[in-house]
Amino acid sequence: MTTATEEGRRNSRRGKRQESTTAKAESKVAWAFSSPALILLLAFTVAPFLLAFILSFTNQRLISPLPTRFVGLDNYIDTLSSANFWKGFFNNVWFVAVVVPVQTAFALWLAILVNRKIPGRVFFRTVFFLPVVTVMAAAAVIWSLLFNANGLINAIMETVTFGNFTVDWLNSTTWALPAMMLVGIWQGVGFQMVILLAALQDVPEVLYEAASIDGASRWQQFRNVTLPGIRNGLIFVVTVTMILAFRLFDQVYIMPRVPGGPLDSTRTMMLDLVETGFGAQAIGRGASIAIVFFVIVLSLTLVQRRFIREEGEVT
Amino acid sequence: MTAIQTSPTQPKLESMERRRRINLIVQYILMVLLAAFFLFPLVFMFVAAFKQDASVLSDSDSIKAFIPDADSFVGLENIRSASSRASVWRVFLNSTIISGFIVGLGLIVNSLFGYALARLRFRGRFALIATIVALIIIPFEALAVPLLFITAELGWLDTYHVQILPFIANPLFIYLFYTFFLNVPVSLEEAARVDGAGPVRTFVSVVAPLAKPAYATMAILGFLFSWGQYLWPVMVTRGVNVRPLPVGIGVFKTTPPVQWGDIMAFAALMTLPLLIIFLIFQRYFIQGIASSGVKG
Repeated sequence: MTTATEEGRRNSRRGKRQESTTAKAESKVAWAFSSPALILLLAFTVAPFLLAFILSFTNQRLISPLPTRFVGLDNYIDTLSSANFWKGFFNNVWFVAVVVPVQTAFALWLAILVNRKIPGRVFFRTVFFLPVVTVMAAAAVIWSLLFNANGLINAIMETVTFGNFTVDWLNSTTWALPAMMLVGIWQGVGFQMVILLAALQDVPEVLYEAASIDGASRWQQFRNVTLPGIRNGLIFVVTVTMILAFRLFDQVYIMPRVPGGPLDSTRTMMLDLVETGFGAQAIGRGASIAIVFFVIVLSLTLVQRRFIREEGEVT
Repeated sequence: MTAIQTSPTQPKLESMERRRRINLIVQYILMVLLAAFFLFPLVFMFVAAFKQDASVLSDSDSIKAFIPDADSFVGLENIRSASSRASVWRVFLNSTIISGFIVGLGLIVNSLFGYALARLRFRGRFALIATIVALIIIPFEALAVPLLFITAELGWLDTYHVQILPFIANPLFIYLFYTFFLNVPVSLEEAARVDGAGPVRTFVSVVAPLAKPAYATMAILGFLFSWGQYLWPVMVTRGVNVRPLPVGIGVFKTTPPVQWGDIMAFAALMTLPLLIIFLIFQRYFIQGIASSGVKG
């Protein structure tokens, strides 16, 4: 079979018949190359994705002697009227509202710092990036000890505020989620920094030279050259951070004494998903949460693509 | 235009030079403080990993948390204790097997598909490319519940393969290879074919060696993702036999008696492989992530 391919290729000008056998052989090879990944994708991505829709309209349970029954929109109604779901959703939104602006601005600042051509910048870039290669589960464990009532964070707070502010972070319904935000930022900001650094380096140097000849101040250069120049990078970073914030799970499962605690103050959508679909074995209802989650992620992605496309049209 | 007036510019230049120096010093101070922010939890972990449990807690509210000292130094006692209480080495082996298979098989499967999409002409190719791009945006969490249902029906719970098979083929990596191969000059492959090499041999001996950067990027990102997986193994593993590191440390943290020295030794052990690989292949990490960002 393979020899026919080569033969056909070498003499591809000879005639139409040979050309079509070549095409056939090439297509055979192509399918042989594609099929391992294709089969895996069909089985473990496409099938479960379609199944999520189907299951979300049924009363399917993980292990159950009862026959599967079609229940219409019941799961969605249950999900959207459940206090746990909204608690999780609003915690995710709160997380997004704080982490997205703070982390993006922080990442941009770090990227600008390590983008200056000064000795040692590679070293600092490496250090800022190190938490990204720390497994979140391990980071969550380290930080739970740091956030201990008698831990290091409180020792620092005590010094900085002269003893006016210490709190039992992970046992406080107010402060547990902000503590996890800090962990999220600590672990994730290096990732964003690298993306923004690449974007910064793509801004043509000439633009800065032109701006400084025109007498633009540093702030004006940042405002009118840097920010427009890295627009797509910024949009990407913002969207990815939002999506990651909706996927928040590892910290809320590991850091509090009870997952999502204290008193559900760190409950998230993903915790609800795991507790419903896996903990309570309510596959049908869990699937409905998954679909709602997917719709959120999809809308964020579409908004991102739209913004990035507009940029393309302008230039 | 004012170059001739040397006397007034000289002090001005000097003051500018001074301001630049001060700026630079300020920037270094800032960067050192930032470096401390990113490093202190890791330093804390590595120091605590070799400390007596009692000292880990009592030192944790002062600078002593970062200073190893001879009195409370216990050497490898913590990791020994953790491994007897939480089978750390077994769990480490599990993670190595799982990540090894995901990355190893993923490199082959994803690059072959990416190559076919970029280079070979066959029917349905464009539809497949569009599908891959669409699949990138489906987060795994949206698939976890139905996948749990499927794998439970198949009796796959508590196995290695339930943690491996769903993650081998990855639309993001397929797309990475696809765009990489689009930019490789065709002439080399054509030369190989003229020399009589079949498509498989062309791929193995000509194309794959050229694609080393793409392979490196996928290997590193794949390892980073798979080593840290938490949500899926929480749902599909119960005992210690196939449990990966993140689940292992999560369980260990809540298993009484809580001994922080042991826990930190466990955390250090699971962090170390990625840190070492990162420090060796730093360039590829940074490039890989930067390129994943550009593509969006």
